[in-house]
Amino acid sequence: MTVNVLTLTIDDQQVSAREGQTIMQVATENGIFIPRLCHIEGLDPVGACRLCLCEVKGTPKLLPACTTKVSEGMEVSTSTERLGEYRKMILELLFAERNHVCAVCVSNGHCDLQSMAQKVGMDHVTVPYRYPKLQVDATHERFIADHNRCILCTRCVRVCDQIEGAHTWDVMGRGEGSRVITDLNQPWGDSETCTKCGKCVHVCPTGALTEKGRSVAEMAKQRRFLPYLTKMREEW
Amino acid sequence: MTPDELKTTAEKQREAVGKYPHRVHVCMAAGCISSGSDKVKDALTDELKKAGKDKCCLVKGVGCMGLCSAGPLVEVADSVAGNSVMYKNVTAEDVPALVASLEGKPVPHLLLPKDIPFFTAQHKIVLENFGLIDPDTIADYIMMGGYEALNKALTDMGPAEVLHEVTASGLRGRGGAGYPTGLKWSTVAKAGGGQKYVICNADEGDPGAFMDRSVLESDPHRVLEGMAIAGFAVGANAGYIYVRAEYPLAVKRLKNAIRQAERSGLLGQNIFGTPFNFKIDIRLGAGAFVCGEETALIASIEGLRGQPRPRPPYPAVSGLWGCPTLINNVETLANIPPIIRKGGKWFASIGTEKSKGTKVFALAGQVNNTGLIEVPMGIKLRDIIFDIGGGIPEGRKFKAVQTGGPSGGCIPEQHLDMPVDYESLASVGSIMGSGGMIVMDESSDMVDVAKYFMEFCMTESCGKCVPCRAGTAQMHDLLARIMEGDATMRDLALLEKLCDLVKNTSLCGLGMTAPNPVLSTLQYFREEYTSRLLDGGGNGRHPKTAAAAEVR
Ligand SMILES: Cc1cc2nc3c(=O)[nH]c(=O)nc-3n(C[C@H](O)[C@H](O)[C@H](O)COP(=O)(O)O)c2cc1C
Ligand code: SF4
Ligand code: SF4
Ligand code: FES
Repeated sequence: MTVNVLTLTIDDQQVSAREGQTIMQVATENGIFIPRLCHIEGLDPVGACRLCLCEVKGTPKLLPACTTKVSEGMEVSTSTERLGEYRKMILELLFAERNHVCAVCVSNGHCDLQSMAQKVGMDHVTVPYRYPKLQVDATHERFIADHNRCILCTRCVRVCDQIEGAHTWDVMGRGEGSRVITDLNQPWGDSETCTKCGKCVHVCPTGALTEKGRSVAEMAKQRRFLPYLTKMREEW
Repeated sequence: MTPDELKTTAEKQREAVGKYPHRVHVCMAAGCISSGSDKVKDALTDELKKAGKDKCCLVKGVGCMGLCSAGPLVEVADSVAGNSVMYKNVTAEDVPALVASLEGKPVPHLLLPKDIPFFTAQHKIVLENFGLIDPDTIADYIMMGGYEALNKALTDMGPAEVLHEVTASGLRGRGGAGYPTGLKWSTVAKAGGGQKYVICNADEGDPGAFMDRSVLESDPHRVLEGMAIAGFAVGANAGYIYVRAEYPLAVKRLKNAIRQAERSGLLGQNIFGTPFNFKIDIRLGAGAFVCGEETALIASIEGLRGQPRPRPPYPAVSGLWGCPTLINNVETLANIPPIIRKGGKWFASIGTEKSKGTKVFALAGQVNNTGLIEVPMGIKLRDIIFDIGGGIPEGRKFKAVQTGGPSGGCIPEQHLDMPVDYESLASVGSIMGSGGMIVMDESSDMVDVAKYFMEFCMTESCGKCVPCRAGTAQMHDLLARIMEGDATMRDLALLEKLCDLVKNTSLCGLGMTAPNPVLSTLQYFREEYTSRLLDGGGNGRHPKTAAAAEVR
């Protein structure tokens, strides 16, 4: 199989890429970091969090780097002032949407939401906090789902469906009322499809899905299995 | 059915209808039925039998006659004299008088003059058969020239020629965005791969809009014919109509129309004796606004959660089950048969330079004549509201007209002389949209209007992307605070900042256009916002300070 190689510019840097790669993949290969939350290498991208939006010359719309395929001669800007402002605001919306109290969170210090805020320089929240009343599901023998800390990135849904093949997780509801659920909105502990593999816990960017028995700041996630599994599949 | 059989069917039906000296048409679209037209029709049939006139007078249930606010509407035609009269607000009690009037003078207190601008200023292409044919009788549609276009496309023209005519017509998508239909068809036609699909988007979720519903209820075969022609042009052999389950009458008539067309061989295998096969299935939507967005609609047909996905790839390249898919709005497809019958040039002669043809609007709100209208593109907003619509009731003053529903904007008095076309509406901060048109008078509160539409977007957001999901909720609450007189300049600034964010970073059209009602009311009625702010100039007109002043 021949692969077409093309060249493009990302942040004034000339780079080469294979046809079919996304902006995100090519940028990462070339040491350019683009903020992201819903995307994690190894799962199908969905373009949901909008943090990775980039400016592409000749296109009026901002394009998500995680889903947009590169093309010959493309000129991409990943970190203009305008993008920076949008990214801060999107993160503010996420922090205000649910109850993210970092100081008492098991994932404090190991959280993608936190680290992304640091990376884009979001140091305070200007939109009103919404303080929704949400549940914590601790029915599972090994794991806890705390909806107060969920950012609806659907990484858990995708890893469970695409890698584990169980499709225990899904999303119900609409708009602000959206929520991730196990099986047909049954308690996680009663789930008949969950294999207890824990992949969802480890891809979850925040303290929404955690292992039981962890105290504040103890829940670091292991993500190395994902690229490993993807590579194994490709070579299979 | 062969082309000859099509002709004889038309002639036979013309004879069958023509032998009656009198014909009574009763509107049987959802609007009139809800005000009792079905009872009127039954009473007419009974009364005619009683009076022994059922052999000389035909009673026919027909599609929407347009002036829904005056329903139930009844039209009585005299084939001998060649004229007809229209009656409004007819009840079953009026039926004996109507029957008695058949050979004499019309019933004066029910008369609806037919020479008012509401009827005369319209230009009907999509609605040409409305009020004339029985939507449940395929022969009625054929009598009016129905399926001739499909016959012409299949037997006289080829796919390339059909594409050429549609492109030459200048028709643009009536689903909202106005994308050139010919270009879309050519893209799907060129896409490789064997299986392709045609989808008719009948999700119609804009509040106050009922154009597509009326077309499906009043002239369903027109949409089937348009889809079959589209399938022929792009190389698809299967089509889906995605219609919301809240339209039970439309669904019933569509099902019946599909069955009749299949039985007549106008859908199915070897249509008109050619190698062309085309079948149409109905899929019911559960009424989510976002399922009208093409990628969400496709996901929904596939049995998945109705959520949009990033484009590209566009459905034309990768749509239903990954196959190239043509997706068009009901009204877009309803324009196709006349374009093929009369030619693209004819269609292009109507309308303006960049917006060809006509547009159907659902005229609603504070205007005397509410209902369904079809006007040529380029008509002035003022003519729609004050001539066709008959102006504002009770002599109140006009304030704004809202087009495009939750994705559109409010247009004030100073732009009323602007022509109605895609570009002009966009240039004043609104959009053509699918055809909802809500007239507002001086009593309307523009912040409330903006809040209403924001609430709609907030509850209809699919929840996938952050700016739309969380942003619309924040904007809604800010608008509520402004309404209550609890907000400050800082809140207004935040609202504007969120508008910019949500517009530019959302994944699909719902989020991208959700700020429009706020932006356009801010542009034209900013003072209604600022006068409510706690620190907005302090003229005390906002509720809180006004109340406080009273207490003092
Ligand atoms: C939130 C949203 C809702 C939509 N709803 C409808 C709808 O109800 N009917 C429709 O025809 N198009 C709707 N559209 C537009 C469709 O995505 C698509 O552009 C259209 O069906 C294409 O048909 P056309 O080219 O004939 O206009 C909607 C778009 C968005 C973003
Ligand atoms: S539980 Fe975690 S992984 Fe799943 S959607 Fe929420 S934040 Fe994302
Ligand atoms: S813009 Fe709104 S409706 Fe569209 S994908 Fe995002 S959340 Fe869903
Ligand atoms: S990382 Fe691309 S949209 Fe979330």
